[in-house]
Formats: sequence, structure tokens, C-alpha cells
Amino acid sequence: MPETLNTPPAAAPTMDLSRKLRWRSIFSNSLDALVVVMTCAAIIPLISVIYMVLVRGAVHFRPDMLWKLPPAMGMQETGGFGNALVGTLIMVGIGALVSVPVGVLTAIFLTEYSRGSRSARTIRFAAKILSGLPSILAGVFIYGAVVLHFKNSAYAGGLALSILMLPIVILATEEALLRVPRFLREGSLALGANPTQTVLQITLPTAAPAIITGVMLAVARAAGETAPIIFTAMFSNFWLRSLNQPTASMAVLIFNDANVPDDNLITLAWSGSFILILLVFVTNIISHFVVNRSR
Amino acid sequence: MEPTAEIIPDQPRKIPLPVLGAQARAARRFDLFFTKATLLAGWGTVALLAWIALQIGYQAWPAFVQYHFGFLFSQTWDTENDVYGALPFIYGTLVSSALALLIATPLGVAIAIFLTEDYLPSSVQDFFKFTVELLAAIPSVIYGLWGWAVIIPITNILGNWLNAHFGWCPLFSTPASGPCFLPASFVLAIMVLPTIAALARTALKATPVATKEGALALGATRWEVIRQISLPMASTGIAGAVVLALGRAMGETMALAMLIGNKNQISASLFAPANTIASLLANSFGEATGPQVAALMYLSFILMFLTLAINAAAEWVLDYTGASKRHV
Repeated sequence: MPETLNTPPAAAPTMDLSRKLRWRSIFSNSLDALVVVMTCAAIIPLISVIYMVLVRGAVHFRPDMLWKLPPAMGMQETGGFGNALVGTLIMVGIGALVSVPVGVLTAIFLTEYSRGSRSARTIRFAAKILSGLPSILAGVFIYGAVVLHFKNSAYAGGLALSILMLPIVILATEEALLRVPRFLREGSLALGANPTQTVLQITLPTAAPAIITGVMLAVARAAGETAPIIFTAMFSNFWLRSLNQPTASMAVLIFNDANVPDDNLITLAWSGSFILILLVFVTNIISHFVVNRSR
Repeated sequence: MEPTAEIIPDQPRKIPLPVLGAQARAARRFDLFFTKATLLAGWGTVALLAWIALQIGYQAWPAFVQYHFGFLFSQTWDTENDVYGALPFIYGTLVSSALALLIATPLGVAIAIFLTEDYLPSSVQDFFKFTVELLAAIPSVIYGLWGWAVIIPITNILGNWLNAHFGWCPLFSTPASGPCFLPASFVLAIMVLPTIAALARTALKATPVATKEGALALGATRWEVIRQISLPMASTGIAGAVVLALGRAMGETMALAMLIGNKNQISASLFAPANTIASLLANSFGEATGPQVAALMYLSFILMFLTLAINAAAEWVLDYTGASKRHV
């Protein structure tokens, strides 16, 4: 109990010592208070963001926003973000389709086939560096590698998102696989299964909840990303007809409508934020419980 | 066949296998295929990183040939005459990130201390930890929208007051211009706070309990323990956290593109609009052609070089201290 140690002893031997002790505990207690205040101060922005999204977005949210097209600027007609929602879902889908297989296979290589080796260290380092790559640079890369040769499209946006999702999937899957107890693998091998049978039938299914959680976190992250798709998928005010054309997304819609002189569009941006925040928070809360349970 | 003699631990695939049935042979072939596939995916990740660097470097080459390193020190950004320089953007990136860290580091370390040094029961600690993690999950563009609605009105009032009373100071030499350095850095600070808090917490958690208990038993107060034992022992990890956060802050795009004002100038004032590399890229790439694309690629290359070097340094420091187990 450190608290009891903070208070000076009742009968201090000399006046001098007791004064010194009092100063020491005043110093300690005031820093305690400072730390509490600073932690609470850090939570205020979170509360404020949630409050604003509820007051500006959720209150004005109408279900038909989910299937209507964005209104033209200056028109007071009410519209929605149906095309942006579809675009976001499709591009995140493409991103997951590319990044999940590659990411899971990479993590399997790291933990099951080359644990602790030099190549595993190199690959893990690359994944960590990739996770620190600014998201805008994923967009720049896809712009140079894809858009300049073809055109702005949902494919390009999805590929840019997959670069951001890949390290998240790798690191989450790796952590999930490392948590599978060793004796399960040994049991399977002892029964005559080969390493791949062990991975596919024992290790992966055991780690599945945590892996799915990691994938969900990557999806939630990608759904809110704007920088990589702003000039790879661009935006469109119409329904998606083909994956090979500029595609709307929720994030770019929020960015475009954030400070236009049109209250209707600003409300639309806040309502879109409400949907995105809902997605992100629900995913994070689910993942929190899944990860906590598996510990 | 003496199977007992042939089982060599750790090298299962070197065993000359007995005659297998068709099913077992298929399983073995699939095993080889799957192993190769994972190897390919793993090195594919490394190759992707190399490809990103080479692609951006290749596309930046024309601009590099034209401007060399003078690009880094030139202040013009003239899209009509195709004359480009990077200094205002590099300045904006470095200053906004440094300001953000100045705000976020004390807060992050305070949170980490609050969540490790026996203040709270562990269930309450978990709740606070999760709350701070949620801050990291909010998309950048929503922070931009929020900053526009909440932070800018506050910094406008603050900036105008400071300019009126302390206008002689270069930091407050301009009236608040709406979107400018201070709101951008403030929101940036909120965005990197979870990184600092989480990694500093890991570093503080790794300090040995016995040493701290020893100090307490000798009569040290809680803060004497924190100041003289916990913080010094965790300082490498905390430094790694701050460096990693710097890398994140420099690459952060959307919130800055919305809050920093996008003006290509260098001003000492906290309330003057500015621009960063990332927000210039976000705003200009859509319409750029020809030489401007090359100049933007050169800027991307600078940003990539800075962030990757900083990240690699941070990973190295964190690996060294064993504190990088979990990122936010």
C-alpha cells in the first residue's frame, strides 16, 4: 500500500525532518493530481468528437440517406450518400480480398515455418515499416503504378487500401498464431499430420477469432481512410456502374463536404461521419472483448 | 525402413518417406506448395516495400535531375511556370509535427504513468486504456471535420486575443486566420497521443517492481519512485514512442489538409496558415500533370525518406528495449 507510505509518520523525530517530509508528500500529491487532470484532459476530445457526431450527425440522420445520391450544392433538396457507401464497401472489399490472403500467409510463414529465423526478422521488420508508411504514400504509389497507366478506378482505390491493411493483418495474425499453445501443434504432428495439415486444421482454426478480429480492425481502418483514395479512386456523384471508373467513398465525401457553404451538405458529412464512427467503434469494442477473452 | 532411426528433430522434411498412398502423396505435395506460397507471400511483403520506394523514386527522378538538392531550399511553388521548391512544405511538416509532439508527449507520458503506477485497479486501467485506444481509431477525416467545427473557433478567439496583446512576439505576430498551425497541431497531437501513451505504458510496465518496492520501503514517496526509478528506466522506451509518434505525425494527411490552411508560406506565427508535404499531395495530385507530378513525386520521396528513416530508428530503439510488443 504505497498510500500509507506517503503520509508522514505521526511522531516525527525532529521539527526539521517533518517539514521536509511534508514538502515531499505535497510535491508527490500535487503531481498525482496533475496526472489525473492530464488523463481526463486527454479524454475530453474523445467525448467532444462523439458529442459532435451525435448532435450534428446522428440527430439529422435519415434512413433514406443510405440509398440516395448526394444532392447538388446549393440545392436544399435532401439527398444521401448511397453511392459513397457502396463505393467504400467495394473498395474495402477489394482491399481485404488482396491483403487478407497475403497477410495471413505471411504471418503463417513468420510463426509456423521460419520462426526466429533471419528471413522472419527481415519480413517482420518490413511489415512494421509498412505499417508506419504514411497512408498518403500508399496513394502516391498506386497513382504512379496503376492510375498513370490506366485511370482512376475502384480497383486503384482498393489496391491502395490493401497496402494499408496488409501490415495490420500480418501483425494481428502473427500475434494470434503465437498465442496458440505449442502442445496443440505437437499433438497434431505426433498424430502424423504434416506441417500444412497442422496449420490449416489445428493452428488456424484455433487462432481464427483473433485473426478475424484483426481483419475487422483493418477493414474499419481502411473504411475511414481518405488520403490513399482521394486521387486514386477520386469521387463520383453517381452510382457505380463499373469498377473501372472513378468511385465515390464515404471518407472523400466527408472531406469534400466538410467546409462548403451549404448546410445540407455539411449535415450530410456529419451523418456520414456518424456511420463511419459507428462502424469503427463497434469493431473496436468487439475486438476488445474477443482479444480479452482469448487472453 | 527403420523409422525410429530416421526421425531427426526439426528437420521433418528431410526424412526419405516410405511409399505413400495417393492421398498421402497429395497431402505432401500440397504441403510443399503451401510452404512455398507462404514464403512467397512473406517475401512479397518485403518486395512491396521495395517496389513502393523504387516506384516513387523512379517517378521523382525527372524532378531530381532538374532541381537537385536546391529543391529542398527553394520557396517557389508556381504551377503556371512549372517552377517548384519544397521548403515551405518541409518547414510546415516539421513545425506542425514538433508542435504536436510538444503537446502530446507530456499528456501521453502522464496517461502512461497514471495507468501503470498503482493508481487504479486493473479493471479501471483497462477501461482508460481502451478509451485512449479509441482515440486512435477515429478516422483522420472526422478529426478534420471536428477540428473545423470545434477547435478553429476556439483558436480564432485565442489567436486574436494573443495577437492584440502580445503581437510583438513573433509567435503571435498575425491575427488568427481560421485554419492555421495551432489547430492543426492540436488535432495532430490528439491523433498521436494514443501511440505515445500505449508505448510509454509498455515501457513503464517493464520496469522492475522489486526496485520500486525497495525504494518505497526506504521511505520514498510515489513521485520520488517515478522520477528516480520508473522514468529513467523507461526513458529509452519513451524516447522510442516519441520518435514513432513523430513518424506518424509527419505522414498524417487529411486532418492537416483540412485544418492547416494550405498556404505555401513560411511564417513564425502560430496563427498563420501553412502547408505540409502530405496535405499538398492530397490537394494537388488530382489535377497535376507533367512536371508537377514529378515535383510532387519528389516531395513524396522526401516524405517517404523522412518517415521510413524515423520509423526504422524507432523500431530499432523499441526492439532494443523490447517494448514494441503491441502497437495501437
